[in-house]
Amino acid sequence: MDFALTEQQELIRKEAAALARGFSLDYWLEKDRKAEYPWEFVKAFAAGGWLGMIVPEEYGGSGLGVTEASILLHEICAAGAGTSGASPIHFYMFPPLPLIKHGSADLKGRYLRRIATGEIVLSFGVTEPNAGSDTSRVETRAELHGDRYVIQGRKVWNTNAQEATHIVLLARTAPRDPAAPFRGLTLFFADFDRSKITVREIEKLGRAAVDSNEIFIDGLEVPAGNVVGEPGSGFYHLLDSLNPERIFTAIEAVGIGRAALDRAVQYAKERIVFDRPIGRNQAVAHPLAQAWARLEAAEAICWKAAWLYDRGRPCGAEANTAKLVAADAGFEACDVAVQTLGGYGYAREFYVERLWREVRLYKIAPISQQMVLNYLSERVLGLPRSY
Amino acid sequence: MKILVPIKQVPDTATQVRVAADARAIESAGITWIISPYDEFAVEEALRIKEKRGQGEVVAVSLGPDRVKEALRSCLAMGADRAIHVNDPAFADADTLTTARALAAVIKQEAPQLAIFGRQAIDDDMGALPAQVAELLGWPSLYWIMEEAIAADGASIRAGRQVEGGLEVFEASLPCVLAAQKGLNEPRYPTLKGIMGAKKKEIKDLKAADLGIAPEPPQLSVARLESLPPRPPGRVIGGDVHEAVRELVRALREEAKAI
Ligand SMILES: Cc1cc2nc3c(=O)[nH]c(=O)nc-3n(C[C@H](O)[C@H](O)[C@H](O)COP(=O)(O)OP(=O)(O)OC[C@H]3O[C@@H](n4cnc5c(N)ncnc54)[C@H](O)[C@@H]3O)c2cc1C
Repeated sequence: MDFALTEQQELIRKEAAALARGFSLDYWLEKDRKAEYPWEFVKAFAAGGWLGMIVPEEYGGSGLGVTEASILLHEICAAGAGTSGASPIHFYMFPPLPLIKHGSADLKGRYLRRIATGEIVLSFGVTEPNAGSDTSRVETRAELHGDRYVIQGRKVWNTNAQEATHIVLLARTAPRDPAAPFRGLTLFFADFDRSKITVREIEKLGRAAVDSNEIFIDGLEVPAGNVVGEPGSGFYHLLDSLNPERIFTAIEAVGIGRAALDRAVQYAKERIVFDRPIGRNQAVAHPLAQAWARLEAAEAICWKAAWLYDRGRPCGAEANTAKLVAADAGFEACDVAVQTLGGYGYAREFYVERLWREVRLYKIAPISQQMVLNYLSERVLGLPRSY
Repeated sequence: MKILVPIKQVPDTATQVRVAADARAIESAGITWIISPYDEFAVEEALRIKEKRGQGEVVAVSLGPDRVKEALRSCLAMGADRAIHVNDPAFADADTLTTARALAAVIKQEAPQLAIFGRQAIDDDMGALPAQVAELLGWPSLYWIMEEAIAADGASIRAGRQVEGGLEVFEASLPCVLAAQKGLNEPRYPTLKGIMGAKKKEIKDLKAADLGIAPEPPQLSVARLESLPPRPPGRVIGGDVHEAVRELVRALREEAKAI
């Protein structure tokens, strides 16, 4: 067993942290306040070649794994960027994976290079109003007419859809068969054709900088060559996005928790009440120590899940568990931080309230805590399904 | 043009420095190490010279223990072509003159046209090495450089040095030693490709014997490190504003003797 990063991973960690820390907490405060996409941040990472991290070298990327991408996302979050900074970057990490693993040489040739440079901005279209936790209920339909599919339907919660150039889209190509509900779904890599897709932004609790949207698809035409992998097997190809997405959001939650905890610990050392630093009170210190311990434990399972994925081993239980414990640990750390700062914890200019609002997402998305527990109950513990 | 850049690994600027038990060094546990920021300007300038001239070689050098490899690896990630690590326990107590002798020996072996240092390391702020190395080599040295331009034939350099209220521009023949000041350039962040490539580049390990030198006992050694005495607590003057102002003025005049 070896818990050490390799020399290269250590360098990636250090340099990613340096680049991310070049963007101050005030930068993120401003982006949140103005609901402005952090293009400067994304462009800095594009210029450094970071967006092509998981794209194979033959397509202009660096051919690294989910482990290295997790190191990058952890540092972005630990620098205080929160999901405002991590989401735009992780959209270069998990949506392209099914294309990388299952796409035809032609499809990879046409798109991967442009993903690696950041020229392509991706949206990810899985969730629908009537298909949230139960992805088998996807109603968006794709019909084959000659050499193209015509797609009709609607999606919800599409991150990035305001500026996306392309979308990874899951649609039904065969009716739902209750005996095999995940069959008959097909994954497309499609142009985000705004003459056929209408986008409506959703206002939300946090991460105002990075848009979430409802999208209405009316007659979107996609060449048959833009199907990722096998028609009808789209959901299974999508697992190469879903498990890494869980690992990424988990490690991001850990990083966000650390950023909040750092500020809280500093504050607890400096804030004098009743003639003593508040951190001298164990009622203040212990929750901080507890938060640290939970983040450490959550981080460990993230690395295990990433390690398994990168070795092509099954990682469903670990990726889900990482998401479960990290979302809780990250949220608790932010909550303890807000509490430690007292009234100032509630003030925007003290930064932690933004992290608290942002990290809350990870108990809901990309998969809810309850659905993780359902997965573990059924798939790991072999308990009967309740729904 | 071959350019040599000696760098020093120093504690991160955010480190809360604590004096070690023997009072002769700082507590090294838990320190995050970085390349001294002035040395980063030096690396950046060397890379720019190479890029501008369209050819050349940038060699990063450091003297220090194993951990220094990490700093050299960062230079390689930024774009340096190779690195030299003078790593010998014999240098454990090296003072600036001993270090200068070792670096001068490396420079003699490598025979670069230019050696670019940072103007000082941000840990001990000695700022002695560029001058000592130049002296040992018999090269000119230019300190606190804010800009430079090498003649097309590579035989001489014009370098501007910051002085009070202006720039003092020197001309020197090459080879020479430069010491970089903040403002010379904005160091680049390594690209991911640069980081990946760094692994494949050479870091050569050298011992004192490889340089043909036997380190002498240091002529300069740290006798003692002392923490600054804790600041005396401030005093809050309360009560009626008019009274308080009068008391403040009195205290400033009579006790602090500040006005
Ligand atoms: C900011 C944000 C960004 C997002 N970005 C994207 C994106 O880019 N692309 C995309 O496709 N999706 C995206 N999503 C969608 C996200 O994946 C879903 O919100 C999530 O999967 C939950 O689905 P739902 O909201 O429909 O909840 P529902 O499925 O309606 O569930 C509602 C609640 O009921 C619980 N529940 C339901 N069934 C059960 C059961 N059997 N047992 C126990 N509890 C149950 C759930 O846990 C949840 O708490 C995003 C969401 C948000 C909020």
